[in-house]
Amino acid sequence: MSDALDDQVAEELAAADAVRPEEFEHAICIRGLVNQFGDTIIHDHLDLDVRSGEILGVVGGSGTGKSVLMRSIIGLQTPTSGEIEVYGKTLDTISDEEESRDLRRRWGVMFQGGALFSTLSVAENIQVPLREFYPRTDQKLLDEIAAYKVAMVGLPPDAGPKYPAELSGGMVKRAGLARSLALDPALLFLDEPTAGLDPIGAAKFDELIRELADTMGLTVFLITHDLDSLYATCDRVAVLAEKKVIAVGTIPELLATEHPWIQDYFNGPRGRAAASGNQTAKRR
Amino acid sequence: MVARADFEQSEGAGGTDIRFTGRLTLARLGDLPTRLDALGPIATLDLSALERIDTVGAWIVTRTVKEHGAKVIGASPEAQRLLDALASDKSEYRVHRDRRPPLTRMLEQVGTASVGVWNELLGIVGFFGAMIMALGTQLRARRRLRWHAIVTRFQTVGLDALPIIGLMTFLIGIVVAQQGAVQLRQFGLEVFTVNLVGRASIRELGLLMTAIMVAGRSGSAFAAQIGTMKLTEEIDAMRTIGVSPMEAIVLPRVAAATILMPLLGFYASICAIIGGGVFCWIGLDIPPVTYVQLLRDIIPMTDFWAMLIKAPVFGILIGVTGCYEGMQVRQNAEEVGKRTTSAVVAAIFLVIVLDAMFAVFFSSIGWN
Repeated sequence: MSDALDDQVAEELAAADAVRPEEFEHAICIRGLVNQFGDTIIHDHLDLDVRSGEILGVVGGSGTGKSVLMRSIIGLQTPTSGEIEVYGKTLDTISDEEESRDLRRRWGVMFQGGALFSTLSVAENIQVPLREFYPRTDQKLLDEIAAYKVAMVGLPPDAGPKYPAELSGGMVKRAGLARSLALDPALLFLDEPTAGLDPIGAAKFDELIRELADTMGLTVFLITHDLDSLYATCDRVAVLAEKKVIAVGTIPELLATEHPWIQDYFNGPRGRAAASGNQTAKRR
Repeated sequence: MVARADFEQSEGAGGTDIRFTGRLTLARLGDLPTRLDALGPIATLDLSALERIDTVGAWIVTRTVKEHGAKVIGASPEAQRLLDALASDKSEYRVHRDRRPPLTRMLEQVGTASVGVWNELLGIVGFFGAMIMALGTQLRARRRLRWHAIVTRFQTVGLDALPIIGLMTFLIGIVVAQQGAVQLRQFGLEVFTVNLVGRASIRELGLLMTAIMVAGRSGSAFAAQIGTMKLTEEIDAMRTIGVSPMEAIVLPRVAAATILMPLLGFYASICAIIGGGVFCWIGLDIPPVTYVQLLRDIIPMTDFWAMLIKAPVFGILIGVTGCYEGMQVRQNAEEVGKRTTSAVVAAIFLVIVLDAMFAVFFSSIGWN
């Protein structure tokens, strides 16, 4: 290997050291977050911690700013005020381009509609982040990585060369998940992964997320409306209401709180159905 | 020193024994895969000294195990979990579309393209038929034509195109007159430049230039508008509400193009004649009054009728091609671009083919 290449490798490695996910007890720390659009206040001094290695479900009624919260964390939306630390780093204050790239390669984001690049095949979609961050990886390895990621998310063997328009809704979600996992992130953001899937597909997707999180040791930030998903996958649940996180905890802990919205949410007809379904599943 | 992925090797009984060190992760991989590939038969892979491993690292291990029949020892529970997840056979998972030999691929492309052109032509004819049927239904049901929608198009298809069509054909008139004059001067027959400009403009040039311009401006706009509406499922929404897209979208556009083509064509011809006249006045000293008198003698009325017969046909062709291509958009945004391009190309090509047919037809019925 030439010296120049060696230097480049050393540089890349040093950069990769800048963020060390395994050292942090909390993957994400949010303090006093305020988001405001015009006169509308979405978040008013919101606090939230996401522990490393957990699957945190984020629930809340429509318009309570679940997606805005996610967009603030990943830097797509600059908060009006407040502090968001991801692995000890605040995205707004990172002036160094390199450092923000390092942070970005620690997380994978799956958008609600999949957000696959429509002119690229599924395999090429998965390779986009790999090429961006590791341009010197050889094509054979890239192809192998794409193939096993396709397999990992449970897509059929012939899905790799297909274009997003040729896929069903469930397959688009799986392909989106495969792309978000391309860089083996430590932190995974999922925005309503089961929305628009049939109950069987949604249950399988929940299983897949749980399985991948266990295998790869992921921390997952999961926005969902789906009560079944909460029961099936989440370690803890954060409830967004009244512009804040009003409660965080396991589902039994949340059920013990008196808050009317939480009671309505989990003890409404759908909540009870999901809970009993979950118990039946566990008994089996 | 950062713990980059590396390995120590020692020669054992069945081949090389590999002991990985550092972190076997995507970020620390470096040239490890290449170095590993260069080794001979590998007997064992020792993972006990690894600090961390991710799916890419696990894949490298899995790959080596498969290639060399090596054994894995000392895997931590986390590493074992990853290895198990990747253990199943992935060879059937494809990444690229099948590649064929270049010659076969070329033949295949030529074949596909030829069939594509034929299908496109059939498609346009079929679409025209469907449109006529929609018009029939609309008239039979005594629903009124959507005049409002048609008239709105007059502005974009017709009025807005006037400056550019006028300027273009004016310049073409000058160019034709100038080139004609150079040739005719050799025989001392410069005055016949008036014949050249007058007849060519009315019969062919004015209308042809207009058709090309309208295909480029409006045919493409039809295709892109309708294509985008297809993508956003507006067309489907319309169908479910009970509004026929043929009636609401296609017919007004085709009608506007059909009605406007004769008007624009006539306007273009006049502009070309004016251009030619300007050149004759300045370059050949033929005063405008004489020029107009000569034109009246030279241009037979049949030239004018020929233009007026061709113009609506070209209008229908441009409108139908644009709308047809728009309706063919499926799947993604790239398709809108492709279809818009082929709308323009097909419209111009068909206009010129039809123009040639008209020329043969008119001369055979004696409209010389």
